[in-house]
Amino acid sequence: MITITVNGELRQVQSGATVADLLRELGIGERRVAVECNREIVKKERYGQAGLGDGDVLEIIEFVGGG
Amino acid sequence: MVDDKKLEIAGRKFRSRLLVGTGKYKDNQAMVAAHEASGAEVVTVAVRRVDLSRGTEEAMLNFIDTDKYFILPNTAGCYCVDDAVRTARLGREAGMSEWVKLEVIGDEKTLLPDVVGLLEATRILVAEGFKVMPYTSDDLIVARMLEDAGAVAVMPLASPIGSGMGILNPINIRFIKEAVSVPVIVDAGVGTASDAAVAMELGVDGLLMNTGIAAAGDPVAMARAMKLAVESGRLAYLAGRMELKQYASASSPTSGMIE
Repeated sequence: MITITVNGELRQVQSGATVADLLRELGIGERRVAVECNREIVKKERYGQAGLGDGDVLEIIEFVGGG
Repeated sequence: MVDDKKLEIAGRKFRSRLLVGTGKYKDNQAMVAAHEASGAEVVTVAVRRVDLSRGTEEAMLNFIDTDKYFILPNTAGCYCVDDAVRTARLGREAGMSEWVKLEVIGDEKTLLPDVVGLLEATRILVAEGFKVMPYTSDDLIVARMLEDAGAVAVMPLASPIGSGMGILNPINIRFIKEAVSVPVIVDAGVGTASDAAVAMELGVDGLLMNTGIAAAGDPVAMARAMKLAVESGRLAYLAGRMELKQYASASSPTSGMIE
């Protein structure tokens, strides 16, 4: 297992897991989200290949109401 | 009769001059009904962390028909250039459009923009291919700088965000409209229909509002009122208002009176 930070909270994931695996595990694989890993955007088409590393810091966002 | 052209921003034409937000509605159904009544084509959305503790709740965007409405992500809540730029990039990735309503806020109480940060963030995002619509102060010098930096529109505030105080400084809004050639969209502060009409009568190209509709007693009725006020104010501007006079000028003939 490796430890990553997702939206400010520490989380354990399997070593070798990808962004796609993480989104599936979080139950948001179908949602329209955007992902940043270590302050760099991860493109949707790369979710399946983008491997997670110990200590990675991720931000997962979506659209909410705003003006 | 005067023929109004469509609102055009960065080569894209919009049928309505009213742009609306998605915040503060009591529920998504109320929001959808208000959007419909407003006739708006552009709706703004905010970019926030997915709340991982309630992953089953249906996403707000699922309620918006994205074939019908153009989604404009904002960077609301960002207090520095770095956060605003990162938020804009995330919004682009989630929305698959290059457009952003750019906010760099400088003060928590008034939510007035940090125009120095705004200008810097505009330059960065324009260089990355974004179509930047900055929320700015009603300062024509700043508006001109934003235009020079490549903003596709400038969006001066009429009064503080969510205040509903209306157009506090109409002359500054007019100065901006005269000073820049990109569209001027008044963003923030419109409280009721007369405010919207006043803004449009100043000659601005459009109006962006959220709280004015969402916080009204009946948001659907207010959305329709705003739609009519924007059209009405625009038409009055194009028509050219009568000259102001200090004293009365009779409307009926002064000759031919009975004796």
